Amino acid sequence: MHFTSFLENGKLTIALTGEIDHHCAKAYIQIIASKIEAYMPEVCVLDFQDVTFVDSSGIAVVINALRNMSQIEGKLLLSGISPQPMRVFRASGIDKLVEIREAVS
Amino acid sequence: MKFDNYMILEFPSRSTNEAFARSAVACFAAQMDPTLEELGDIRTAVSEAVTNCIVHAYPNEIGNITLRCRILKDNVLDIVIKDKGVGITDVEQARRPSFTTGGAERSGMGFTIMESFMTNFEVSSASGKGTTVHMRRKLQRRK
Repeated sequence: MHFTSFLENGKLTIALTGEIDHHCAKAYIQIIASKIEAYMPEVCVLDFQDVTFVDSSGIAVVINALRNMSQIEGKLLLSGISPQPMRVFRASGIDKLVEIREAVS
Repeated sequence: MKFDNYMILEFPSRSTNEAFARSAVACFAAQMDPTLEELGDIRTAVSEAVTNCIVHAYPNEIGNITLRCRILKDNVLDIVIKDKGVGITDVEQARRPSFTTGGAERSGMGFTIMESFMTNFEVSSASGKGTTVHMRRKLQRRK
């Protein structure tokens, strides 16, 4: 699995792709953690533009990223969230913990 | 006839089958002309139920999962997901948000999501015998 990421002025953007379920969640968690550890950004943006499906495993991915960022006193942002992942994030209440930018439709 | 159409699937508790199961149910439900939101909710609930079988019902072995879908009258999709795994000792506790016996890649939100995305949701379980999740979703008839 490979995700494109870029660092600009202390802001690390990681472009996630595909369907986030239990089958692949562990790999997503590890990749995000290693990128945050490598770049130590002030802000990390998880870009969900190309994510087509999220279940509760996606919540675990966000919670782990949130933990990684709070350890280095940084901020986490979610962007490009389409309606299906948004409903899962709302049902779990994670939209109250992280700043979320929905996809422009 | 009590129902219009049905399908039954049986597959081993391998995590690759999470995507297969939710896609299969979505394909079956397509004949009911669901909205994108309804289809998304159904896929998510099925994904949660099947993941629970894989993670919790059969923690150290590969076992069988049976999935049955029926279309009932008034445009209701009826889904039963059954395993013969370890069972849940305390169903009430398992249904509580953020309670999980899974690892860091789990969130404890599975039951909460199934409950909020489906019209009806029931779990029955016997320790050592298995768990059955029964859920229904009424789909809006589009004008």
